[in-house]
Amino acid sequence: MMGEIFDIAFISGLIGATMRMATPIIFATLGEILAERSGVLNLGIEGIMLMGAMTGFLVTFSSGSILLGVLAAAMVGMILGLLMAFLAVNLGLSQHVSGLGITLFATGLAMYIYRLHFGSPTVPPIIQPFKQIALPVLSKIPVIGPGLFTQYSLTYIAWLLIPIMSILLYKTKIGLKIRTVGENPVVADTVGVNVTLTRTLCLVAGGALMGIGGAFLTLAHQNMFLIDVIGGRGWVAIAMVIFGNWDPVKGTIGALIFGFLDGLQLRLQSVGVAIPFHIFLMIPYLLTILALISVSRRAAVPAALLKPYRREEKGG
Amino acid sequence: MIRFRIEKRKPLPGWAKIIIPIAAIVVTLILSAIPILIAGGHLWKSYFYLFYGALGTRFNLLETFVKASPLMLTGLAVAFAFRAKFWNIGAEGQLLAGALAATVLGVHMGAVPQPLVLPIIIVAGFIAGGIWASIPAILKTKLKVDDVVSTLLLNYVMIHIMGALLFGPLQQPGSSWPRSSAIIESAQYPVLLMRSRFHMGILIAFLAVFVIWFINKKTTFGYQSKAVGVNIRAAHFGGINTTAVILWTALISGGLAGLAGVGELCAIQYRLIMDISPGYGYSGIVIAMLGNLHPVGVLFSSLFFSVIIVGAQTMSRMTGVPTYIAEVIQGMALMVMLIFLLFTEYKLRVVRK
Repeated sequence: MMGEIFDIAFISGLIGATMRMATPIIFATLGEILAERSGVLNLGIEGIMLMGAMTGFLVTFSSGSILLGVLAAAMVGMILGLLMAFLAVNLGLSQHVSGLGITLFATGLAMYIYRLHFGSPTVPPIIQPFKQIALPVLSKIPVIGPGLFTQYSLTYIAWLLIPIMSILLYKTKIGLKIRTVGENPVVADTVGVNVTLTRTLCLVAGGALMGIGGAFLTLAHQNMFLIDVIGGRGWVAIAMVIFGNWDPVKGTIGALIFGFLDGLQLRLQSVGVAIPFHIFLMIPYLLTILALISVSRRAAVPAALLKPYRREEKGG
Repeated sequence: MIRFRIEKRKPLPGWAKIIIPIAAIVVTLILSAIPILIAGGHLWKSYFYLFYGALGTRFNLLETFVKASPLMLTGLAVAFAFRAKFWNIGAEGQLLAGALAATVLGVHMGAVPQPLVLPIIIVAGFIAGGIWASIPAILKTKLKVDDVVSTLLLNYVMIHIMGALLFGPLQQPGSSWPRSSAIIESAQYPVLLMRSRFHMGILIAFLAVFVIWFINKKTTFGYQSKAVGVNIRAAHFGGINTTAVILWTALISGGLAGLAGVGELCAIQYRLIMDISPGYGYSGIVIAMLGNLHPVGVLFSSLFFSVIIVGAQTMSRMTGVPTYIAEVIQGMALMVMLIFLLFTEYKLRVVRK
């Protein structure tokens, strides 16, 4: 029985599924890392992803252009990132409650707009989703090749973004500014870095990534919009940021673990193995809580995270 | 150059605490005209049906109370926790824990004498929710784990525990859906008014408002819980066992959310299903904030949001505005209230340079 299931086709399929299911988490995790490195926890992520998923689907459905759909999802993510910046950076409101407010608002809005546009059809409307692209040569590598290198373009982009984000954060002046703002805004201000602007831009750019992460689910993974399409993946990303110590590469490892477990339960279900797949889906959350326990003893958390910065209160 | 600066202001008088949530609601309702107009809804007609649908007929008015009871309980749960600065975002999971405990007992207690069934279920639901909330409280006090993230994550752990059980040992025999068997009749909350769903759980919710008010105002524990919220270090040096206070606060908070789950199971659904809660736990956060974390405030804000949720059904039927307007309004209300609260502590000053 086991031999029949765990053959090469299964393993290859599992690798492919892992890569696919990790993609939205990678986008969202990178977006959240950017925000948190600048000192803002963005709990709006779950709602921003849902708005991205809905907007991407709606625009693709209406225009026929999937590229336009992705751009629209990024745009909506940026707008919601800007709203988060207004609440949490400009006004300095509680980041926790502001973020939850954005999630509640964006979740409601996504469902509202979808229902407004499509009504309540018995068969959900569908779009022509992204096609998987097999990279020449690489996809011919036995066993691992087809899984790793026959993917959606967004998956390749997600993987390219990981080193880009690392370089941006650790090797560029911009990255230094972002990290300084997140660690010590007073120092950043003193040396002439605009704290408010830096945080705002990080939230806006991070929002774009979250929006695209959501859109992946309706434009590639599935070809329709369902209300529970995000299903807590935004919170998983929050968890992966902590799990990965606010580092793009380590955060990706967490995303892959999630992708693997998600992919494994999907593959096992599709070959007809009756498994309590909910147990699998629970593991990433439990792992993260364990990671949270150890992180409270580490110093990786950006020192100014959750702290609003008001110039006139500095030193006070 | 003209710039705006945010500066501290003197504390506002007590009446401001009542005026501010009302003002926030008014502003939210004005803002919600935007999505209504986008939907092509006639504005006055929409608002009319929103309130008529919730308050206009006897049945609808009673339905508003039915909807308000879980909201009141999750609102109280969040408010009681937030007051002690235990950031419980996990009322959703605690609600499910309560519903789960009630299901296990409600299905299998046929041999127990009838008058004992409901008390046992209610206590068990309270304890289940309380225990689920005590996990993040222990993590917070003993291991310094951020409570916002841990309570949020535990919601999903509970959803998957429920899923595993509903596809496993709790699944109704012969069913391929994730749903449990029906609970026995003596485990159902009695309906108190004819031709309605006005059930015992509504009285429990009102009673809970009173009990929490009493704890807050009249007991040492209520005072200690608040002291921990105001300044945990000062409370510690003042001789309060802050760890125990946070733990008990979490138990009570989770227990209240658990009661909301018991009510939904024993008065509305009669069997456990995956979507037993349409996010009551998250609505509880909005309700607690709008209610200024005060039990009486929670009472009124839960009734208000219940009006919105119930009324949105009628409004949708009559004007074509999707019922999800209720969720949009909740999200907006939270953000507006947050901004309004800022201006109770700070004021905006125009600075010319």
